[in-house]
Amino acid sequence: MVKLRVNGVSRQYNGDPNMPLLWYLRDELGLTGSKYGCGAGLCGACTVHVDGEAMRGCITAIADADGKDVTTIEGLDPKGNHPVQRAWRAHAVPQCGYCQAGQIMQAAALLSRNPDPSDQEIVDSMDGNICRCGTYQRIFAAVKTAATEV
Amino acid sequence: MGIMIQNLSRRTFLKGTAGAGGLVLGAQLAPQWTFAQAARAQSAAGGAFNPNVFVTVLPDGTVSIVCHRSEMGQGIRTGLPQVVADEMEADWSRVVVEQAPADEDKYGYIDGQNTDGSRSIRHHFTILREMGAGARYLLEQAAAQSWGVDASEVYAKNHRVYHTNSGKSADFGELVEVAAGLNMPSGEAAPKPSLKDESEWKYIGKVVPAMDHFDITTGGANYGADISLPGMKIAVVARCPVYRGKVKSFDATEAMKVPGVEKVVEIPALADDKPAEFRALGGIAVIGTNTWSVMEGRRALKIEWDMGPFVAHDTSTYYDTLKESARKGGAVVRNRGDAAAAMDGAAKTLEAEYFVPYFIHTPMEPPAGVVDATSTPVRIFAATQSPNESRQYVAEALGIKKEDVACEVTLLGGGFGRKSKPDYLCEAAILSKMVGAPVRVQWTREDDIQNGYYHTASAQTLKAAVDDGGKCTAWHQSGAWPSILALWNPAQKVGFNIEYGLGLVDMPYNAVPNIRIENGEADAMIRVGWYRSVNNIQHSFAMNCFANELAEAAGRDPLEFMLELIGDPTNLDLTKDGVEEYWNYGDSIDDWPIMTGRLANVLKIAAEKSGYGKAMPKGHGLGLATHRCFHSYVATAVHVVVGDDGSVTIPQVDQVIDCGRYVNPDRIRSQVEGAAVYGNTVARCGQISTTKGAVNESNFHDYTVSRMSNAPLNVRVHIVEDYTHLRPCGVGEPGVPPYTPALINAIYNATGKRIRSLPVRPEDLAKA
Ligand code: FES
Ligand code: FES
Repeated sequence: MVKLRVNGVSRQYNGDPNMPLLWYLRDELGLTGSKYGCGAGLCGACTVHVDGEAMRGCITAIADADGKDVTTIEGLDPKGNHPVQRAWRAHAVPQCGYCQAGQIMQAAALLSRNPDPSDQEIVDSMDGNICRCGTYQRIFAAVKTAATEV
Repeated sequence: MGIMIQNLSRRTFLKGTAGAGGLVLGAQLAPQWTFAQAARAQSAAGGAFNPNVFVTVLPDGTVSIVCHRSEMGQGIRTGLPQVVADEMEADWSRVVVEQAPADEDKYGYIDGQNTDGSRSIRHHFTILREMGAGARYLLEQAAAQSWGVDASEVYAKNHRVYHTNSGKSADFGELVEVAAGLNMPSGEAAPKPSLKDESEWKYIGKVVPAMDHFDITTGGANYGADISLPGMKIAVVARCPVYRGKVKSFDATEAMKVPGVEKVVEIPALADDKPAEFRALGGIAVIGTNTWSVMEGRRALKIEWDMGPFVAHDTSTYYDTLKESARKGGAVVRNRGDAAAAMDGAAKTLEAEYFVPYFIHTPMEPPAGVVDATSTPVRIFAATQSPNESRQYVAEALGIKKEDVACEVTLLGGGFGRKSKPDYLCEAAILSKMVGAPVRVQWTREDDIQNGYYHTASAQTLKAAVDDGGKCTAWHQSGAWPSILALWNPAQKVGFNIEYGLGLVDMPYNAVPNIRIENGEADAMIRVGWYRSVNNIQHSFAMNCFANELAEAAGRDPLEFMLELIGDPTNLDLTKDGVEEYWNYGDSIDDWPIMTGRLANVLKIAAEKSGYGKAMPKGHGLGLATHRCFHSYVATAVHVVVGDDGSVTIPQVDQVIDCGRYVNPDRIRSQVEGAAVYGNTVARCGQISTTKGAVNESNFHDYTVSRMSNAPLNVRVHIVEDYTHLRPCGVGEPGVPPYTPALINAIYNATGKRIRSLPVRPEDLAKA
């Protein structure tokens, strides 16, 4: 039995302890904001926070979230107005949008740990998150904007 | 403004349902869908004003505008409605967008609903203006009628209709009841609602915030894999690693032991005499209650494959046959003068071979969609670029009529041409029928990379002659590639007019007196399909790079030389050079001519904006390229820095786009910025290879794509204003083709190394 909190709500899970967190969130809880892009920790589309740290949901077994706090894009801010979310809209970052939940969760974790990242630190932190639409330039700018607000 | 709209729709959503987190359609749907459905229901119940199939006005004044094209990041759910809203004088903050279901009669009469070919705006700009103007006209009539005044005395402005003399006014919402009883005047003599003068436009040509950004940034946006229906099952399919291979036998014992796996069934292999087209090719499907279970189940399958007819498809040798074929040449698809004779007597000739391997789309969202074959009509909910073709192929797979299949379109997590091909929905349909429940088929990234529709591999041989004065006197280009047409005709060995028209026969160096363009034969041994900007990629690469090589051989400056090749401004007439059935992206050459002046113009602007000609430090280089496709003219200048270890950094890119009349400059910028990144992947990242017919690459570790650390992060987009009086042209694709040659030319200028085969790797550039 795995016990965890997801976006502040206590949950219990009795199934396969190896099931990746991503599929638990999407298929069991219906929280579809976290996306599947590769299933192998290579693209970042599934990024969520586990005890505040950015983790790839597709390669994190649910058993490893036992006793922990999981935050998804749906729970990042009650009104959807986290500084990173606001910066994303101000820069009109998304194209197709599919990668953006992962990008936002990655950026939010970076800024909570390092509120004033250097350019290189931004690139290093965001490099695991692929955007096939090619919004990197706006992501970079939006992280900088958000950094002035956190 | 966009954010307000999303807030509004979100409130509606939250009020109307128990809240997020359910697993049933309706409870899980994003605001963009629930609201659209509410508008649809109200208009069906007669409680709304519905002047035409694109516009509904609700009694509260909300204007719901239909978007009948698929949104995959290009911003079409913003661009199309903003044209309608402008003409009807709607207030953008009170506009919502309804995603159209597949409906050819209503929305497909111009060019179907297939969203590809960068044609949504250019084909619908005028009709949508007319739809908006028609709605405004009826609202004005309704106001005049209610006030008992002449219609000439009233006018609509910003969501209200005003009476000039009395100062009376009414909100659009207050006019719904009366307007709903009016009909659009029809017949020859009927007055035509007048379109606004360009000077009065408030949204067209302006930045309007994109529609779905609130949902996207809060996890509320729905894609193909986010749709759930009551009782739905999830499936993944094991497909033969080799194109058109088949299942010999399989053992599902271990797979069935995985908790959550409910069934393992075979999707029969497509009959040998049926071409692949967009059909399901067959395989073993694992079906169950959640995605992880069926993925685990698939891993536990034991399958013996009959690898089929294409085991000889080995790129290590296949690519050589393409190169030989290009050298040999074949069908002459364009001829001007006598290139061979001009080469013979030339002061100088040059020859080079260019090569581009297979690529695969890898949209961030792999193909996914739901089909419910148990309902009447059969229902598709999917991330698809082509809702009507989806109906057609699903109907065929089920042996029913297309009319008995409905299709709703979700947001697409990228398309790039992959989601025009509904094979994944055929799989879902077949499985849904087999198990008697709705089925969502989920492609994994491995499936996407190993069982896709590949961007064609191509070899090109180019030869040219220059005279004593350094002028180009002959240009001979010969290409060989497996054709997309082989999806329908497997025996197809040469290209066809659509492929020829992707930057090959319309090669724009019009000042060259002798031109010969040929197409050599090639066997198709894998599914080849269109990919963002299609064959323009290789043609633009070869043309622009070879022109730079030639400039150097002639001792000329590349910019000046390229402008000379393009020649004086004119409209290219390819019929004079014997080009048959020039495709012109499906459009009339009179409406969208090939204007060499516009091509030269963007090239000059790119040179100027990038500071072309300035001295550069060691290891730096600036490269230029230009290309026309989808009727737009784009020039790219790339500034590159190459380290001794071959590492490449790109401090600046200037992309100049002339797309004629344009609608939303910010969405154009974002498309063209993204096109540079897409081009950067083409030039520097992944390539597909095959061994014994099977694709070797499987995920983003061995099929690499641009990431933040190697992408250009300073792409400056310049939208040309000189030709906005002309028709709109394509935007989604044209930014891609010139990026690669501009980068490769820049690398040459930085290092003296001429790259003729993609992708370029650091080891190709490292100092020995
Ligand atoms: S889906 Fe988890 S990193 Fe790609
Ligand atoms: S916005 Fe489409 S993948 Fe990033």
